Amino acid sequence: MATLNSNIPSGPLSQKWENHKFSSKLINPANKRKYKIIVVGAGLAGSSTSATLAELGYEVHNFVFHDSPRRAHSVAAQGGINAAKNYQNDGDSVHRLFYDTIKGGDYRAREANVHRLAEVSVNIIDQCAAQGVPFAREYGGLLDNRSFGGAQVSRTFYARGQTGQQLLLGAYSALNKMIGAGGVISHTHSEMLDLVVVNGHAKGIIVRDLQTGVIHRHSADAIVLATGGYGNVFNLSTYARGSNVTASWRAYKRGATFSNPCYTQIHPTCIPVSGEYQSKLTLMSESLRNDGRIWVPKRKEDAQKAPADIAESDRDYYLERMYSAFGNLAPRDVASRAAKTVCDEGRGIGSTGLGVYLDFAESIKRLGEDKVRERYGNLFSMYHEITNENAYTSPMRIYPAVHYTMGGLWVDYNLMSNLPGLFVLGEANFSDHGANRLGASALMQGLSDGYFVLPSTIATYLSTVKTGGRPGTAIGEFKEAEENVQGFIRRATSGKGSRTPDSFHKQLGKLMWEYCGMARNKAGLEKAIGLISDLREEYRTNLRVLGDSDNWNQQLEKAGRVGDFIELGELMCRDALMREESCGGHFREEYQYTAADSEVQQGIVNAGDVKRRDEQFAFVAAWEFPGSADKAPILNKEPLVYEEVEMGTRSYK
Amino acid sequence: MKVTLKVWRQKNAKAAGAFKTYTSPELNPNMSFLEMLDVLNEELSNRGEEPIAFDHDCREGICGTCALVINGTPHGPQKGVTTCQTYMRSFKDGDQLVIEPWRAGPFPIIKDLVCDRKSFDRIQQAGGFITVRTGSAPDANSLPVPKEDSDLAMDAAQCIGCGACVAACKNASAMLFVAAKVSHLGLMPQGQPERYRRVKAMVEQMDTEGFGACTVTGSCEAVCPKQISLDFIARLNRDYAVSLLK
Repeated sequence: MATLNSNIPSGPLSQKWENHKFSSKLINPANKRKYKIIVVGAGLAGSSTSATLAELGYEVHNFVFHDSPRRAHSVAAQGGINAAKNYQNDGDSVHRLFYDTIKGGDYRAREANVHRLAEVSVNIIDQCAAQGVPFAREYGGLLDNRSFGGAQVSRTFYARGQTGQQLLLGAYSALNKMIGAGGVISHTHSEMLDLVVVNGHAKGIIVRDLQTGVIHRHSADAIVLATGGYGNVFNLSTYARGSNVTASWRAYKRGATFSNPCYTQIHPTCIPVSGEYQSKLTLMSESLRNDGRIWVPKRKEDAQKAPADIAESDRDYYLERMYSAFGNLAPRDVASRAAKTVCDEGRGIGSTGLGVYLDFAESIKRLGEDKVRERYGNLFSMYHEITNENAYTSPMRIYPAVHYTMGGLWVDYNLMSNLPGLFVLGEANFSDHGANRLGASALMQGLSDGYFVLPSTIATYLSTVKTGGRPGTAIGEFKEAEENVQGFIRRATSGKGSRTPDSFHKQLGKLMWEYCGMARNKAGLEKAIGLISDLREEYRTNLRVLGDSDNWNQQLEKAGRVGDFIELGELMCRDALMREESCGGHFREEYQYTAADSEVQQGIVNAGDVKRRDEQFAFVAAWEFPGSADKAPILNKEPLVYEEVEMGTRSYK
Repeated sequence: MKVTLKVWRQKNAKAAGAFKTYTSPELNPNMSFLEMLDVLNEELSNRGEEPIAFDHDCREGICGTCALVINGTPHGPQKGVTTCQTYMRSFKDGDQLVIEPWRAGPFPIIKDLVCDRKSFDRIQQAGGFITVRTGSAPDANSLPVPKEDSDLAMDAAQCIGCGACVAACKNASAMLFVAAKVSHLGLMPQGQPERYRRVKAMVEQMDTEGFGACTVTGSCEAVCPKQISLDFIARLNRDYAVSLLK
């Protein structure tokens, strides 16, 4: 069994972070440059932490598979970033942001980590504004805010519909500054393919140069993974096509535990699937729900009528009806499941019946088309490009799609995995969002981990590492890891087999969406585990990659990533099967509120809402690789202890 | 619908390249251009031919990775969008489409339709930032920024670094890219202390990379997927001139 010590500092919740920073060991400036740190990934977390660690004086090496660090998928976040600034004087505070996030995560996040996130959020906005991030402003020159799902205050900062790109350009500029100054060595077009563990500590990585195919070994005193989420296990998602789980998965296979893999976020407002060729689903920012109203026809006979032909009285604004306090701003998991419910009832719209309307008619009447255009113009034009429809004159068609993964590698309070020396940041770790992430919280977490948390907490580990003790790359552990990578490449390009990596990915994605998507049940998950295991076997024997391995070869890159997704898919189903409760984005059909429950009768929740089982499942699942993909993974548990917040029933009514 | 494709194939940076002609499989007009290439690549792979290499990632027009010249125009016929946001409904059944990579000295070809744009990174590493240490920033509202300045800076900041401006320019000039970066930071009060040092360093690096001179033909603006205005080049020229006097 793995050793999981969360290392949560003692003391009152609101003082833990301050106390921890004070009691942590420091590293003297002259010694910092003797430590080499590898950072994999350059999204918000990877860029910000590379830059900050280099400013502190460490020798930093940053690796990305992209041609430039600026391409990481943080770039695509549209809506905004939360911070407890209370600039709007509407009752926000660090405690409220903390509480909303804990409740939003359906009481499955680690309390101390979330409180720290809320505390640090205010520094992030200061940092980004100082870097020149062009946040939206009011006429007086001060920063503007808007509200987002799951909150009743306006705490979201934004930059038109491209907050992610602007924050990433800020972090990238900080990274560039340190690359220019020689503090960071940037390795682009370099994909991490294995983790090297020496005497139980993470001490290196194996990297393939994507342009030349040459395999390189790199050793370091600590390894930081900031490699994002794994939503592409579903093939169709709002993720970039290149987003993958490979770095995290290879670390898992070297002993790092993988936590809560079944916690997947399905975002309610995406453009529906149009055909079999589809490669990507496009998100329409949650900010649209501030001014758009979601509805379907009351009667299923009306589902195929043009929206203009459906009278106001025949429309069901179901979120407003079901969740009157939050209405269209209900959290993502709640809004997605409600969309699925009305579509399952046959009231879904569009040619596939898998869609609901997001209607701006009332806002346009109230605010005028110009105001709506100013707020959402780029989203409306994006919608027009994809669907060839004008959302100013007829409502948008939307449907839920995979958007984020709350699960990830297990980390302690210092963001260190159970493998000493391996740190995990941003979406790649599991700790802050529980079973559901609130809107505008991903950017906050990436930058919090990267700018403020890791640069402080990494010293607790490095202070135990002797300077100059870094292993050389000629030792057996490096050799074995490189051979592992070379072996896969040889097998994949051997010319045997007949199926492309893409065909496996599509098949896996359909399986995952059907059995481990918005609704899950025991029989379906058991079936999926069997089917995925067969798929894994076929992948092993029937994969075919064309082209050679010493040139640019996108099919080879894809092959490795798809193989990891297949194994991960199986683990996700096992995790979902083990978790016999519903919470946040994890909906087990067997565990939902019904009309017989007192909470429904008292009007706290609706029938069909998720039902947690705190006595049995208030823990973090941390899965351990058993040494072979053919054996069942080992379940470790970290109990979730709530000191400050009472685990209540999550109500948005 | 079906189209005929003339695609640039090149094994690696050193090999000579050539056009190869393919007939597309049956297509749906609602497919994106890149999905059309996906479908073609699956078909090529299934008959044992190496798939066409092309760069792409987010497929929603924001990461700046996709980079195809379609019938002579970077990012294709639709104005204000990237290649990944180009849909087959922009073409007619039976059309012939010529697909090439960005062609510019500072963007060497890696394979087929993929080129290397690290030169853009190096320009920004030379000075495209505001120097601020993590942790040392004042409260964000302590420095008001007039909305007009902030909005104009945001117009410039929308640049996604795709390089279409360079690909469209007869001189392979990177002026629109550099102008966008310089204007974004130079318009904000936070960017003033390093304003002239920044522009000088970035222009020098741009020249070192081998990008050509600007003759203001506006071909860059015409193909820019984020419709970055040519006005920013005037701003760049002015700031650069001032920087030389400093």
